[in-house]
Amino acid sequence: MSALFELVDFGVQIGTRRGTAHIVNGVDWRVQAGETLAIVGESGSGKSMSVLAATGLVPSPPARFSGQALFRERDLLTMEDRERRRVRGRHIGFVFQEPMTSLNPLLTIGRQMTEAPRQHLDMPSGEARDKAADLLNLVGIPEAAQRLDAYPHQLSGGMRQRVMIAMALMCDPEVLIADEPTTALDVTTQAQILDLVTRLQSQFGMAVVWITHDLGVVADFADQVAVMYAGRIVELAPTSALYRTPGHPYTRGLLDARPRLGETEAELATIPGVPPDPRRLPPGCSFWPRCPYREDPRCETEVPPLREVAPGHLVRSFYSITQRAPRDQEA
Amino acid sequence: MTSASPVEPMERSLEAQEPPEEGTRWALLAAIFESPVTVLAVVIIAIVLFMAVAGELVAPYGANEINVMNQLQPPNLTHLFGTDELGRDVFSRVIIAARVSVQVSLVSVALALVMGVSIGLLSGYFGRWVDIVGMRSMDVIFSFPVMLLALAIVAMLGPGLVPAMIAIGVVYTPYFARITRASVLSVREETYIRAARSIGASDARILRLHVLPNVMAPIIVQTSLSLAFAILTEAALSFLGLGVQPPQPSWGRMLFDGRGFITEAWWMAVFPGLAIFLTVLALNLIGDAMRDALDPRQRSAIEARAGNL
Repeated sequence: MSALFELVDFGVQIGTRRGTAHIVNGVDWRVQAGETLAIVGESGSGKSMSVLAATGLVPSPPARFSGQALFRERDLLTMEDRERRRVRGRHIGFVFQEPMTSLNPLLTIGRQMTEAPRQHLDMPSGEARDKAADLLNLVGIPEAAQRLDAYPHQLSGGMRQRVMIAMALMCDPEVLIADEPTTALDVTTQAQILDLVTRLQSQFGMAVVWITHDLGVVADFADQVAVMYAGRIVELAPTSALYRTPGHPYTRGLLDARPRLGETEAELATIPGVPPDPRRLPPGCSFWPRCPYREDPRCETEVPPLREVAPGHLVRSFYSITQRAPRDQEA
Repeated sequence: MTSASPVEPMERSLEAQEPPEEGTRWALLAAIFESPVTVLAVVIIAIVLFMAVAGELVAPYGANEINVMNQLQPPNLTHLFGTDELGRDVFSRVIIAARVSVQVSLVSVALALVMGVSIGLLSGYFGRWVDIVGMRSMDVIFSFPVMLLALAIVAMLGPGLVPAMIAIGVVYTPYFARITRASVLSVREETYIRAARSIGASDARILRLHVLPNVMAPIIVQTSLSLAFAILTEAALSFLGLGVQPPQPSWGRMLFDGRGFITEAWWMAVFPGLAIFLTVLALNLIGDAMRDALDPRQRSAIEARAGNL
């Protein structure tokens, strides 16, 4: 069965004065309707870049793209700009990280929400307004009809993020892309937004691509998790498998670095070192310089392939680490 | 001056804030009229506009009513501002000349506004070669002294009202282009621009609906200040005989005519000069007041220094 939205060997390069930066390298993933894919990684790992570039939200030039970004088997990268805009507005909805600045401060909520359906579906403005009010109601905004005439500054951060979600749903998209939508919110609001998206997903059967740096956030509701490091997917697995048997040293490091309730250890576990410069990626495994498990000489010289260690569980390494203990950290 | 910051504190509660305070626009107007000096400036501009519109209807004498018997009379009750070397009433001429100044400044600033804002929007938004072409050509215009370039343009087109308008419009275009581009550069990185793109809005739509309205504040301020400079430049061109042609009265031309009689008839030069001075001052004051009201972060240098020390 072909995927609803998939990236095939997708790459992003940006030419800089000091060499080409390889921001995203050979990324493959797919989502079906009703599925949730979480893309996890630290800042600069290329997680947002891969998705934004695939949907045409990264200006090119200066960025260059390779591979394919297929929506219903049509490549978004080779499409006419006009066509791509239509797909984006009509079929793919976006929610961004900064709810405080995601709305134009000079236009009312209603004006902004009705823009997409009026443009892409030729919906009459009265109907679009009704739909906007319904959706605001659905995302839990009280007095939704009156809120349509409110300006963004009159709403709190959590409210604005709800408005953004409602706005993304205006054209009944098949894919919802959420780029760290809860990062700027407090924990309670975060949980509410997560619940909201899960509920909307089961109601509308959308595919959700959730970009986050917080492994804890995705544990409960993602079907699959892709862990990215230095522009590559290092591990792609069903959520439970990833948490139970992390296959890549980086994933394991991330999981160990989470604070746990009731633990009294004074210091959190960390991964020593910093990610490599995307202009000078190491020839081998990009995690090799920081890897506590490294052993195989190939790690230093060639990029490990994605290996299927269990059905649907892909790990980018030459050998399994599940039975190994980390080597002593030498300096 | 109050130092209320436009940036509201991060509000994280789920509760919506209170419904909006009524009439933000009125609050803005109230802020502009807060200071009596600004009120005075607005009154002056209102008078100038009235003179420009009513002109001959309110002037006690015609602009070119020559009465050689009455020449070079000092200010008195029948001729409030005195008379010139041909016996024309200076008061009436100052009133009637307002029209030319207002006309030239409005048309030329409108020209500069449209050209400059367009160039600035495109340069800032698209960047790359559009930016290079747009801004470097603005730099070329900018590199000439204002008067020199205006003179050169008038010299090419021939003296007159329309060439003066075009010359002043071209000369002030770079100001608008630069100020617009600078604002666009910061606005285009805002998430709401990306959000607009994410719902499939075209560049033209984003520029019109999301970028332009959000860069208007500094442009409005610049418009007010440019009107003042345009009046000055027009007066200078007319003074040099390249703007409005006699016998149509203009403040700059009257200054020129009065120059030869400065020792015997000071009123010939002083009153048109005063008209220029007051109009330009008033426009500058209004511009400052609007900047304070629209964009409290961009204080004038004097205020900032006074506040810091």
